[in-house]
Amino acid sequence: MQQLVLLGAEAIAQGALDAGISGVYAYPGTPSTEITEYIQKNRLAREKGIHSQWSANEKTAMESALGMSYAGKRAIVCMKHVGLNVAADGFINAAITGSGGGLIVAVADDPSMHSSQNEQDSRFYADFALLPVFEPTTQQEAYDMVFAGFELSEKYGLPVMMRITTRLSHSRASVKTREVLNQNQLKLPEDPRQFVLLPSIARKRYKRLLELQAALLKESENSGFNPDQPGNDHSLGIIACGIAFNYVQENYPSGIPYPVLKISQYPAPIEKVRKLTETCKSILVLEEGYPLLENGLRGLLNNNPIPIHGRLDGSVPRDGELTPDIVANALGIETKSGPAIPEFLANRPPSMCKGCSHIDTYYALIDALKPFGSGRTFSDIGCYALGALPPFEAINSCVDMGASITMAKGAADAGLIPAIAVIGDSTFTHSGMTGLLDAVNENSPITVIISDNETTGMTGGQTSAAYGRLESICLGIGVPANHLRLIIPLRKNHEANVAIISEELNHHGVSVIISRRECIQTAVKHKKVHNS
Amino acid sequence: MKTDIILAGVGGQGILTIAAAIGFASLYENKFVKQSEVHGMSQRGGAVQSHLRISDNPIASDLIPLGNADLILSVEPMEALRYLPYLAKQGWVVTNSVPFENITDYPSISRIKDELRALPNSVWLNADQLAQDCQSPKSSNIVMLGAASEHLGLSMDSLRAGVEQVFSRKGKDVVDANFRAFETGRKFTSKLQIN
Repeated sequence: MQQLVLLGAEAIAQGALDAGISGVYAYPGTPSTEITEYIQKNRLAREKGIHSQWSANEKTAMESALGMSYAGKRAIVCMKHVGLNVAADGFINAAITGSGGGLIVAVADDPSMHSSQNEQDSRFYADFALLPVFEPTTQQEAYDMVFAGFELSEKYGLPVMMRITTRLSHSRASVKTREVLNQNQLKLPEDPRQFVLLPSIARKRYKRLLELQAALLKESENSGFNPDQPGNDHSLGIIACGIAFNYVQENYPSGIPYPVLKISQYPAPIEKVRKLTETCKSILVLEEGYPLLENGLRGLLNNNPIPIHGRLDGSVPRDGELTPDIVANALGIETKSGPAIPEFLANRPPSMCKGCSHIDTYYALIDALKPFGSGRTFSDIGCYALGALPPFEAINSCVDMGASITMAKGAADAGLIPAIAVIGDSTFTHSGMTGLLDAVNENSPITVIISDNETTGMTGGQTSAAYGRLESICLGIGVPANHLRLIIPLRKNHEANVAIISEELNHHGVSVIISRRECIQTAVKHKKVHNS
Repeated sequence: MKTDIILAGVGGQGILTIAAAIGFASLYENKFVKQSEVHGMSQRGGAVQSHLRISDNPIASDLIPLGNADLILSVEPMEALRYLPYLAKQGWVVTNSVPFENITDYPSISRIKDELRALPNSVWLNADQLAQDCQSPKSSNIVMLGAASEHLGLSMDSLRAGVEQVFSRKGKDVVDANFRAFETGRKFTSKLQIN
């Protein structure tokens, strides 16, 4: 046993190591990246041969983890909330197949969109898939819940979701560790057809999943992670999910006067909720995310005998993460504030690093596009999305991983010719390759620029899945060799690069231009290692 | 004892190093600590902040409520102002005076200084220069830690041990350079109150 100071994400990682995982599978994505990185850096994990290499995307990660679970071993798969969209096919169907060895799907949501394009709430996915969820309140709970999650997963043969949000993932606190468990032995499923979701089998598996719901509900009712505490003042009952509970506590340093139900394990404990609503004159629901529970409590007709407050009646803002002050306002507690922010204060948005290769790529593209006009460049998820901001204002879309190529194709189909896609190397192998195949099959008049900085830059420089193999992948997909071009994005090559891009923009078919120069951040790191 | 600290700066300026040193120091004194950080896209030259809470008692919220920060410790002058709503009535602002100008509409430095001068407790120092003067040019963040050291509720010995723990992997020379930076900051702290 040890006492460690860990980020919430790291607490999950340490919990997974101590609970005897045989592998972690993941694609980097803020705020989930640190779970996998922590395991990758752990010496004991390396000695034990615990799998921790990055996957090409969240879907491949989800399915590999399911495969490890099939083989009887404990696995954890980690992703950011939008990554679960990519992994959704595997995730939803893993609820039908069920698991073998314990399987935890750790998903980090990003309310307030600190580093994301939306703030979707992953609890809805679990609700949809009929799977249990753990939502830790503290770093210690995050650690403990990994043990509980694997136990629950193996007890019912179901994957379990661990849902955290940015604030817990990226906040440090002290965590007490437990005795380390051994890894599971290799063990095949008792029913050789468990994972064969032919309709006739899937129907049976689905009925089993439905039948398990009552037992999962009972687990939640009895869970120590869902404590209800009494209060003297029954004018209000509080339901606080996950980290929201901390903000309630913060506002009542000498004790909470109202009855409180903390919910950190789902399906929501209905009997405990019922008890609270029957003994209180009104209810406040505090959720870090969408109003999942509040919606359920209100019901379709919203004709409850007592008022229900939360995100849907404006007691809490409809969007964004919670803060102690937002919760204070919802509780009618007066808040303080220091001096106002002076009006002259300038915003300081993130920007591409000095010397970044994307910068030279964009300047070349901007010049090459002059004869055609703007409004035709589709981009993607990565640092290069900052090309939307001044001084570049070079891109017209950033939607989801891989969407640059497919949106360019669709726009070209509509007659916007040429259409340009700008995509990073890691994003290309994550979800761009299949779209490129579509474009090749129709010889669509698009120019794809793979801005290849040889790493997964925005999340901190993780290994890029196709490092050194982009050309062979493009050729293999069927890009004609004479329209697969390489440029080196440096200021001194500007004129030559503009000329090459112009040639390909004028080609009425698929072109791929690989614009290759190492990420300035990883280059500096490599130089330091080299020098020392 | 309870100290709420906002650490402020621009991505890449080393505020997490300051946070780590204070965090270690707090653990030496068996305090409870919670420290919320910014990772991800904002680290690319954007405004970053860390909420650091130290207490003798368990800490509930990972975030500091508005109007509660005992200290805003900023390694960049404009960034100190961004978090003023968090500052408690008698709280301190300790900031580096050297601007990090990676935006086109950076306000005039005199307006920033005026704003800080209007506060009851603020300290303004050129940590970059002080770090150079003590032959620790990379340690302006630790100069800032030294300058804020009186407002943390921790002993100097604990803070030194915290600095040592953060840099011990990099060898004795680096640890010593950061000790010098820490002491330099400490010396200047009370002298530099803006009048």
